[in-house]
Amino acid sequence: MANQINLQGNQACALGAIAAGCTFYAGYPITPSSEVAEAMSRELPKVGGTFIQMEDEIASMGAVVGASMGGLKAMTATSGPGFSLKQENLGYACGAEIPCVIINVMRGGPSTGMPTRPAQGDIMQARWGTHGDHPIIVLTPASVAECYTETIRAFELTERLRVPVIVLIDEVIGHLVETVDLDALQPEKLVERTFATGSKDGFEPYAVTDDMIPPFPRPGDGFRSHTTGLTHLPSGFPTQNPAKAEAALVRTTDKLDLHADLIASNELVQTKDADLLIVALGISARAAQQAVTDLRADGIKAGLFRPKTLWPFPESDLKACVNGAKAILVPEMNQGQMILEIERLMARDLPVIGLNKIDGEAITPAEIVAKVNEVLS
Amino acid sequence: MKDTGFNDQGHFCSGHNACAGCAEALAMRVVLNEVGEDAIGVVAPSCVAIILGAHPNNSAKIPFIHGTIESAAASAAGVKQALIAQGKNDTTVLCFAGDGGTYDIGLQSLSSVAERNEDILYVCFDNEGYMNTGGQKSSSTPRAAATGSTPLGKTTRKKNMVEILAAHRIPYIATASTSHMGDLAEKVRKAKAIRGTKVLIIIIPCLPGWGVADDAATKVARLAVETGVFPLFEIEDGVKYTMSVGEKTKEIGSYLELQKRYRHLDDEGREGLQAEVNENWERLAEIAGK
Repeated sequence: MANQINLQGNQACALGAIAAGCTFYAGYPITPSSEVAEAMSRELPKVGGTFIQMEDEIASMGAVVGASMGGLKAMTATSGPGFSLKQENLGYACGAEIPCVIINVMRGGPSTGMPTRPAQGDIMQARWGTHGDHPIIVLTPASVAECYTETIRAFELTERLRVPVIVLIDEVIGHLVETVDLDALQPEKLVERTFATGSKDGFEPYAVTDDMIPPFPRPGDGFRSHTTGLTHLPSGFPTQNPAKAEAALVRTTDKLDLHADLIASNELVQTKDADLLIVALGISARAAQQAVTDLRADGIKAGLFRPKTLWPFPESDLKACVNGAKAILVPEMNQGQMILEIERLMARDLPVIGLNKIDGEAITPAEIVAKVNEVLS
Repeated sequence: MKDTGFNDQGHFCSGHNACAGCAEALAMRVVLNEVGEDAIGVVAPSCVAIILGAHPNNSAKIPFIHGTIESAAASAAGVKQALIAQGKNDTTVLCFAGDGGTYDIGLQSLSSVAERNEDILYVCFDNEGYMNTGGQKSSSTPRAAATGSTPLGKTTRKKNMVEILAAHRIPYIATASTSHMGDLAEKVRKAKAIRGTKVLIIIIPCLPGWGVADDAATKVARLAVETGVFPLFEIEDGVKYTMSVGEKTKEIGSYLELQKRYRHLDDEGREGLQAEVNENWERLAEIAGK
């Protein structure tokens, strides 16, 4: 018999991290993400890992950056206000290409907002929270099983690509309890960071390689390296030379384009013949999936495009499944964030309509069905 | 009924959001009673913010700004400077926070407030952990106490915040307990009359967080004082130490046995904590006796 257990989304993120080989967690208590830290405090010692409860959100992110620079797979978890405080160190990790995973459990905002209530208001903060142009990957699980598998994938992507990865879930997914079979969800093979090997003479920590991913100089291996938040040359040392500075920055963002196929992931639900396409993530996608079933029972051909990778947005995948749709509906628990990206991609080819809710309650299937009927009438 | 000598001015209202039996509500009642009506408060996210309540159930008569956890002290300094700029120098500016917002994330702004000797009265309701997020450890959590994030017991000592702040040479810092209400009230009165940064740290046994019976909060707070685990004392100008309760009269066991967070401790663990308490008490008494 399968090893079925009841598991909460936040706990699944923690167990997924352990399964991915994470051995370092630094965090700070914040609702509704604290269960991630509590689970890590229990599980990490069992695998010889290190759990540190830090004095604040800034230090938590700082410790994760340090542990990753030390060569470990490192993670933290937080929610809205804490995510804001982590942004400077997150930007540092983006610029210095330091692998790390951040679980952000979205609650009502801004500020303290509604700490125990769900929202999806960090879609733009996850992409643009830190300043300057930077690469970042954001994954959006929509079930407890996916909290587990997407956290594993987050580690695979961050370790392989040297880009920070955010696992973005709403409070409902974080506190959702579902039955999962973890044995069936194990990764076949763990993806490890590429550590620098070979000659130490003339080693460049940010060398421009074919895959645009510089091999990581593991501390103790003897490679001389310089790591900085300043815009830097392949040598690791700062530059303000316009051409060289731009080339250095462009490489880190081009890196994501080069590996777009590896990063992109989404789920399609009855999109082939859909007259009306719904684009949704997290708990809103769960409601949308039920709405598609209900609408189809009423003879309305609805379909769902659910990005599992939110950023970079899987744009070619979305464009490929629009087919004959007459409109796109974007239900999200904010005042319209993901819809801006959909509108940009559709370039006025077809109407893109929002369904927005910021009252601390999840969007229901019935609300989506009613909106679809309104749109099609 | 025993007369507590407490003359309630009604500055803290019924219908507040504290857990039934929580000593923090009592501490707030005493502090707000002594501070009076000419005051403005800033409160960090904490149990005290929850107890103060959200509109329309505000439990304090004075206005409170519910600020951010990392910079409540800085915001209080801003309020005070704004009042001074308008000639309202006598209005008391209060800052309320928990131990997480004082010992951990808020330490930077509190330290800077103390360094500038901003004229605020800062009150830390110290329940030795992040009890409002489900009970994780803070740097105020004592050694050996089990919390959500130290399930086998914390391995390091409680941060000595009183003397860290005293090292800033602020005019007044004191510890207090709801078990000694008269002492608490006297300390608020004394602090209110002083210009500069004043800090009170009040021990608040957390009923669910410490695993204390609903009717035992003040009993546990009293034992914290009587065992010397949480000595009541004042430090003026960073150097003048005065013990408020001059003797410790009980062994630590009577304090520990009322709390589930210490139930994993064996005799050796208890003896280790007793030795720490003895050493700290003797050190404080020696400084105070000079």
